Amino acid sequence: MKRSELISRVFVIVGMILAVGAPLYFWKNTPLIHARMADDGGWSPDVIQAEVGKPLHLTFTSDDVVHGFAVGQMDMQSVDILPGKVTDVTLNFDKPGIYTFYCTRWCGLNHWRMRGRIEVSGASTDPEPASVPLYVSLGLNLDAPHDVPTIPSRSPSAIRGERLTTNLPIEQSANYYRSHSPYQVFDALKSTSLTEQQRWDVVAYLWQSNTTEESLANGKQLYAQNCAACHGENGAGDGVFADDLARAGEASMQTMSGADAMSMQKPADFTNPTRMLGASPALLQGKILRGGMGTGMPMWGSIFTEEQIWDLTTYLYSFQFQYQGVIQ
Amino acid sequence: MELTRLPRLKSALKSRYPQLAVFIVMLVGYIFAILAGLIGTPVGSHNFSIVFVWIAWWAILILVAVPFFGRGWCAVCPIPLPGEWLQRGAILAPPNKKPKWLNLRVPKMFRNIWLQNISFLLLALFSSVLLTTPNITGIVLAVMLFAAIGLSAIFERRAFCRYLCPVGGFIGLYSQTAPIELRIKDRQVCAKCVGKPCYNGNENGYGCPWDVFPGGLAKNTYCGLCMECIRTCPHDNIAINLRPFSADLAKPSTRLDEAFKAFIMFGSAMIYAAVLLGSSGTLKDAAYNVGSAAWLVYAVVFLAIIFGVLPGLFTLGILRTKSNLPLKQRFAQLSTALIPLGLMFWVAFSLSFVLTNASYIIAALSDPLGLGWNLFGTANVAWQPMLTSILAPAQTLALVAGLVWSARTAQMSAKGAGVSASPVIVYCFVATSIMLWLLL
Repeated sequence: MKRSELISRVFVIVGMILAVGAPLYFWKNTPLIHARMADDGGWSPDVIQAEVGKPLHLTFTSDDVVHGFAVGQMDMQSVDILPGKVTDVTLNFDKPGIYTFYCTRWCGLNHWRMRGRIEVSGASTDPEPASVPLYVSLGLNLDAPHDVPTIPSRSPSAIRGERLTTNLPIEQSANYYRSHSPYQVFDALKSTSLTEQQRWDVVAYLWQSNTTEESLANGKQLYAQNCAACHGENGAGDGVFADDLARAGEASMQTMSGADAMSMQKPADFTNPTRMLGASPALLQGKILRGGMGTGMPMWGSIFTEEQIWDLTTYLYSFQFQYQGVIQ
Repeated sequence: MELTRLPRLKSALKSRYPQLAVFIVMLVGYIFAILAGLIGTPVGSHNFSIVFVWIAWWAILILVAVPFFGRGWCAVCPIPLPGEWLQRGAILAPPNKKPKWLNLRVPKMFRNIWLQNISFLLLALFSSVLLTTPNITGIVLAVMLFAAIGLSAIFERRAFCRYLCPVGGFIGLYSQTAPIELRIKDRQVCAKCVGKPCYNGNENGYGCPWDVFPGGLAKNTYCGLCMECIRTCPHDNIAINLRPFSADLAKPSTRLDEAFKAFIMFGSAMIYAAVLLGSSGTLKDAAYNVGSAAWLVYAVVFLAIIFGVLPGLFTLGILRTKSNLPLKQRFAQLSTALIPLGLMFWVAFSLSFVLTNASYIIAALSDPLGLGWNLFGTANVAWQPMLTSILAPAQTLALVAGLVWSARTAQMSAKGAGVSASPVIVYCFVATSIMLWLLL
């Protein structure tokens, strides 16, 4: 074989090995976490190992649409993950445990299914006993109907209620408020001389006095980021995914029992007084924390802190009550 | 003007090394594009395979290579190389007289461009997915590479390029308009030449890989500009010439496969303009959802327009012309007018999406696999349409120029056929108006 032919073959073979080998090598050695819509697989990988005290460097890319990344119950700003782009995140964990990471962008109908976990190992310096959620200690049945037999003729007003409350024998403690539904308080006031509308106004005042502007603002932000896609910006159960959820529900409920089962796929309407006034903050806490109820409602217990869930519940009642000088 | 009179150019063309250097770069790029498609980010706008094949390569091909260099792309295309090298058993060495593989002659029934018409249409029907999905692009590029190897193993010469390549068919058709040609200098020299080494090969090079006898070359259509005949001709009788645009169109083809290629390309440009650049979401969904009922309707309509509506209306138009030529021959000859118009349709269509998406090239250069690299510091360049202010005027100019060009071509081919050019010119005018409406 001529030398020129030999050199040419070497060049061609080296070139082809480089063309195949280089991309394969770099691809294999770039530990990217891929984000895809839940229907196409969600996070990959969806389980990540970490250690207490050691920074965890993560690199994300989206394979389809814009996603977001945040870790539940952790004080961090969510970051956007753009299609075809790489996003770097560094996390520090000071407590061992299993953390849930999740998508923070409304990426599709099954957006809420985009979750993964970070398993953080290491010694805990400050072990905290787990607290039992209020709905559990109260023994509430989250799936039981809680519609009220009567509703106010107009929206209850905390402003009017405040004037009526002065001499009323009602308890205003946080525990009382959290463990009772508005209707239960309304019912407890029936021995007073107040009219029905006045009793609802007093209830509205009691609910307002158990919240703060900061809590409502925080609840509003959480709601906008995490709930409005299904429940609607104004709480009417008409978010951008609501129709798709209903359609998906009808399709998946063909073998189940009737229209009631189908309607369960619809996101709850927080503007509906029959439903909302029968729910105590503890009941709402349980529904948010546990999710489910035979619907697409996600489980938020691993993502929201207890305080965030209370903030959210106070905000949900603002769809029913008129508060004074606070965020509506 | 004979370019091969320039001594440096001539020696560069005769030597195998410059060509080999280009071949290696192209082959490495091609294989990298396959790998990028298969393992890189599935986001098309950030994947080398989509950005460099369907934006950068396509822009160079349709806006520069084909109009100005004819089959210039075929001269550097990497697809046939592995098959050809395996077939020859060599990369550089003079040809071995013993064929390495089966070396069969392609059956006569396939020695036309119908297979190329079919392969182009197959890709065209899946184009919405192909142009946007990196792994599909990777697979198609790999299939083309292996098909070329397979055909080289069975048949002689470059059977893939000549008879199957979906791109080669239209490059050949439009290369007739290019201002460059490879031709012999003196026909008598070829007539007297013993052994015809340009076709059969000799110690200096291989017989024409494109199965063309250069001595009989009258058109660019099937000359792949591989330069083998320049190396093998013992009489220095091969020249590369500069010439006026569309010189080959003065000799209209009478072949139906070529006539239908003109309709396929002409019609595809219009359909693409409607589907890819239009505002109808329904149409885009139908084209994208391959295998769905809507896509089947789209595919049937696509083929009906290409094979029914466009040639049907053309035939109706020329039926009224009085001529001694049979209709089939008239149809083929007069459809030559669609060649320059079709090319300019593609130029106008391509300007739109190339200028809109060119900024992706800059970003993908730095991060071709979407792995977070920033090789040249341009990975984060934001998407930005380019030269938007000149887009509509440039497209209009291209279409109007195409219409004038096709009208002149129609006059020439009609004169040759002894018929009136009016129906063809009216046909071209109506089609140009529709294309103008679709694009603007």
